[in-house]
Amino acid sequence: MEPIKFNYTVPGDDFTRAGEASADLKNKLKKMGITGAPVRNISIALYEGEINLAIHAGGGEITALVYPEKVELFLDDNGPGIADINLALQEGYSSATDEVRSLGFGAGMGLPNMKKYADEFHIESQVGEGTHIKMVVNL
Amino acid sequence: MKIKDIIELLDAENLTPELDLEQELHSACGSDMMSDVLAYVKDQAVLLTGLNNPQVIRTADMMDMLCVVYVRGKRPDALSLKIANEKGICVLTTERALFTCCGILYDNGLRGA
Repeated sequence: MEPIKFNYTVPGDDFTRAGEASADLKNKLKKMGITGAPVRNISIALYEGEINLAIHAGGGEITALVYPEKVELFLDDNGPGIADINLALQEGYSSATDEVRSLGFGAGMGLPNMKKYADEFHIESQVGEGTHIKMVVNL
Repeated sequence: MKIKDIIELLDAENLTPELDLEQELHSACGSDMMSDVLAYVKDQAVLLTGLNNPQVIRTADMMDMLCVVYVRGKRPDALSLKIANEKGICVLTTERALFTCCGILYDNGLRGA
């Protein structure tokens, strides 16, 4: 069965808009009759990813594929990349600036939260080329 | 506890008067770090915070929260209130500090995770 596809562009220059894509997808999933813990897990995982795209990557693209049994989320950017992915996945590690922390993020919980709320989490990153993340949440 | 009870207990101002104040609430959390709210909070209905930007309301929305209380007299901007009204999230503001608010609400039956 062909999945239902949603695409979003996350701007890199307007932090106040970060979260629009996650909120829109959450709304669409609810309208499709998908509710409860899976929707919250999708929303949180994608929201953290969206925040990362906005504050670390200079923006990026989100693709959501909705299947009857799962939702696949792809986050792609052409940002600075991550030098040490294992370090970035540790709770509490963050490369965020004080400005980002003053906005309530940058506690080093972004990637760990994404991994925590997704049933599958895959990340590839090249310094100077960008980061590509795939998450799967089972319905 | 209902949202109207929180308004009374915290001597708070309701910034979303068109939303339902009769919603029943059982749990709350207080934090200025939205990442922590997203990481550790489960089924909390109320977020108390001194942080003031639209991501507060976005975070509450992602967590299916029903009410946000801004402490220390913080007042959210127009975009935050617009999103809150769209999502049906009641927004209150109080002059009291975060610790004091948490104590009062805990003393009156609201619990954490």
